[in-house]
Amino acid sequence: MNILVCVKQVPDTTQVKIDPVTNTLIREGVPAIVNTYDAFALEAAARLKDKDPDTKIVVMSMGPANAVNALKDCLAIAADRAYLISGREFGGSDTLATSYILSNAVKKIEETEGKFDAIFCGKQAIDGDTAQVGPELAEHLGLPQVTCALEITEADDAHLEVLKEGTDANMLISIGLPCLLTFTKPSFEPRFPSLKRKMMAMRAQIPTIAFSDLPGIDAGKIGLNGSPTRVKRSFVPERKKNGMIISGGTAAENAAKLSELLSDAKVI
Amino acid sequence: MPVPYYDFDFMLTDEQKGLRDLVKDFAQSKVYPRCRECEKDAIIPEDLVKEAMDMGLNLVTLPEEYGGLGLDNFTCAVIREQLAKGDAGFASRIFGFGFTPVKLAGTDWQKQIVADSFLNGGIMAFALTESCAGSNAVAMATTAKRDGDDYIINGSKNFITNGDSADFYTVFAVTDKEMGHKGITAFIVPKDTPGFSVGKHEDKMGIRCVHTNSLFFDEMRLSAKYRLGDEGNGFKLAMAILNDSRPATGSSAIGIAQQALDLAIEYSKERVVADKPICRNQAIAFMLADMEIQVQAARQMVWGVCKSADAGIVNRKLVAAAKCFAGDTAMKVTTDAVQIFGGNGYTRDYPVEKLMRDAKIYQIFEGTNQIQRVTVSGMLLK
Ligand SMILES: Cc1cc2nc3c(=O)[nH]c(=O)nc-3n(C[C@H](O)[C@H](O)[C@H](O)COP(=O)(O)OP(=O)(O)OC[C@H]3O[C@@H](n4cnc5c(N)ncnc54)[C@H](O)[C@@H]3O)c2cc1C
Repeated sequence: MNILVCVKQVPDTTQVKIDPVTNTLIREGVPAIVNTYDAFALEAAARLKDKDPDTKIVVMSMGPANAVNALKDCLAIAADRAYLISGREFGGSDTLATSYILSNAVKKIEETEGKFDAIFCGKQAIDGDTAQVGPELAEHLGLPQVTCALEITEADDAHLEVLKEGTDANMLISIGLPCLLTFTKPSFEPRFPSLKRKMMAMRAQIPTIAFSDLPGIDAGKIGLNGSPTRVKRSFVPERKKNGMIISGGTAAENAAKLSELLSDAKVI
Repeated sequence: MPVPYYDFDFMLTDEQKGLRDLVKDFAQSKVYPRCRECEKDAIIPEDLVKEAMDMGLNLVTLPEEYGGLGLDNFTCAVIREQLAKGDAGFASRIFGFGFTPVKLAGTDWQKQIVADSFLNGGIMAFALTESCAGSNAVAMATTAKRDGDDYIINGSKNFITNGDSADFYTVFAVTDKEMGHKGITAFIVPKDTPGFSVGKHEDKMGIRCVHTNSLFFDEMRLSAKYRLGDEGNGFKLAMAILNDSRPATGSSAIGIAQQALDLAIEYSKERVVADKPICRNQAIAFMLADMEIQVQAARQMVWGVCKSADAGIVNRKLVAAAKCFAGDTAMKVTTDAVQIFGGNGYTRDYPVEKLMRDAKIYQIFEGTNQIQRVTVSGMLLK
C-alpha cells in the first residue's frame, strides 16, 4: 500500500506562553514538534507497515525551511520518503488555500511516488484547531473520507476498515481506496524511533517542492490574497476569576464539601 | 522544568545530540516513572525492555557490519547516561556488557552468533566473579578441562548481572591451575547449554530493575569453538573488557547523580521552610553548587577516557580514576539529595532514596573503588 501522511510542524503548545501585553503567542524558544494528531496518523501508517513491510509511507509538510525537522522526525519513526512544500508564495494561506496547495503537491509527488492508496492527516493542528484542512484536501482530490479515525482495524487491497470516534458511539466503517482519513488520539502511544532510523533520518536530504514546481496551480487561490478568511485579531479570552476557596472546616470536612459541590455541578 | 545542564553541547555533533535527546525523552517519559514502581519488587518491565530493544538500544556497541550502530565509546557514554538517568538498573538490563568481549577476541563465527542474538534483542553477560574470587579474581575455582574437541566446565559464578536475562555469557575458567592468571581461559556460553543453570536472583539494595544471579556449571560440555581467544589469555581479556566497560559504568553513575541533582534543585525551590524556599539558604545553595561541580567533573573525566579510547589509547590509570570518581560522585550527590529532601527524602514516596540505593553499587562492582585506587596508586608508584 502506498500511503501519504500530511504533517505540520507546530510549536509544542504544552510549552507555549502568551505575551500578556500583546496577547499573542510567544513562539520564541518554544520547541517545534510534529503536530500531535499527525503523529497519530503516522503511527497508524507505521502499524500497517508492521503488518505488511511492502507498505510505503511518504510524508509531506508545508511550512518554512526548518519544517524539515518535523519531516526528519517522521523519517525516524517510519516514513520512507519526505517532501517539504515551501515558498514565500504560500505564506498567509488560510485552510482553503492551504488544502488547495496541498492537493496540487499531492499530484506532483504522485508523479514520483505513484498514486497514493490512502492519505492520512491529523484531525487538526494543535496550534490552529480548525480541523478543516484534512476534509478540504479530500474534497479537492475528490476522495471519500473518514474523520476522527482511532485506528485501522483491517486492510486489504481495496478497502480499509476504520474505527471512528463518535460523540456517543464509535463506528466501524469500511472505506474504499483511494481515500483520506483524519486521525484522533488512539488508545496507544506512538512509538519511539529506533536509534538507527534516527541517525539515518538526521542525515537525510529532503527535497523541496516550490511554487515553480507546481505549474498547474492557480496563483489567485493561494497565499494571503487567495484566502477567503482572515484572522482579524488573536487574543486570550478573559479568565473567569470567580473561583471559590473552601476553608474553615477540618481537611476531611473541606474535602467532603468540595466533592459535594463538584458532584452537584456534575463534574464528578 | 528540567534544569538545562548540557553545558558542553559543543562537544557533540548534531547526530549525537539527536540520539541523546531521543534516549532522554524515552528515559524520562517511560523508564523513570515505570521503573520507580517496578524496582520495589525487583521486577524487570519486560514490555519496556522490548521497546528499548526495538529502538536498538542494545545495538550501540555492535559494529555496523554486523547490523549494529557501531557507535564510538563517547557516543555510547552520552546515550548511557541518559538511559541510566531514567533508571540505572534498566540501563544495565539493556546494555549488558555490550559486544566488547567478542569484538576483542571473538572468531568471525562467534561474532556472528552473538550479533544475531543482539539483533533479536539479546544481550551478553560477563561472568568473572565467584564467591571466593571477587577483588582477587585470579583465585577463581571454576575449571575447564579439555576433552577431545570439547571442554568440560565445572564450578559456579556469583553476582552475575543479567544472569537470568542474557542469551550469552562470557565465562572465565581455569584451564591450568599451575599457571596462575596465565592459566585462565575465556569462553562464550549459550544460555541453553546442557549442564548450565542459573540461580535465583539476589534481593538487592539497588539497581533492582536488573537481576543479579549465581551461575552453575555441572559437567557442562562446550565445543572448543566457543573458546574466546587462546588458552591462558582469559585474564588479560577480562582486564581489557573491564577497561572498556568501566567508562560506560561511570556514565551510568553520572546519570544517577544528575537525576538526583535535578530533583534536588527542583525540590529546594518548592520546599518552603520559615517563609522562604530552602534554596535561599546558602547552606543548601552551596550544597547544590558542590553537587554540580562534582557531576561536571565526573562527566568530563568519563568523556575524557572515552575519547581517549576512541583515539586508540587506553590509559588504565585514568580509566580506573574515572570509574572511581564517577561512582564516588554518584554516592555523594545522591546522599546530599536525600539530605536536601529532608525527612521526605528518606521515604519511598519521594524518588531520591532510590537513587541513593542505586548509586552504591557503582563503588562496588566492576572492581571496587578500593581496587581502582590500588590500580591508580600502583601506576603512580611503578
Ligand atoms: C549487583 C552486583 C552486580 C555484579 N555484577 C557482576 C557481573 O556482571 N560480573 C561479575 O563478574 N561480577 C559482578 N559483580 C561482582 C563484583 O564485581 C564484586 O562484588 C566486586 O568485584 C567485589 O568483590 P567481592 O564482592 O568478592 O568483595 P571482596 O573482594 O571480598 O572485597 C571486600 C572488601 O574488601 C576490599 N578489598 C579487597 N581487596 C582489597 C585490596 N587489595 N585493597 C583494598 N581493599 C580491598 C574491597 O574493596 C571491599 O571493600 C557484581 C556484584 C554486585 C553486587
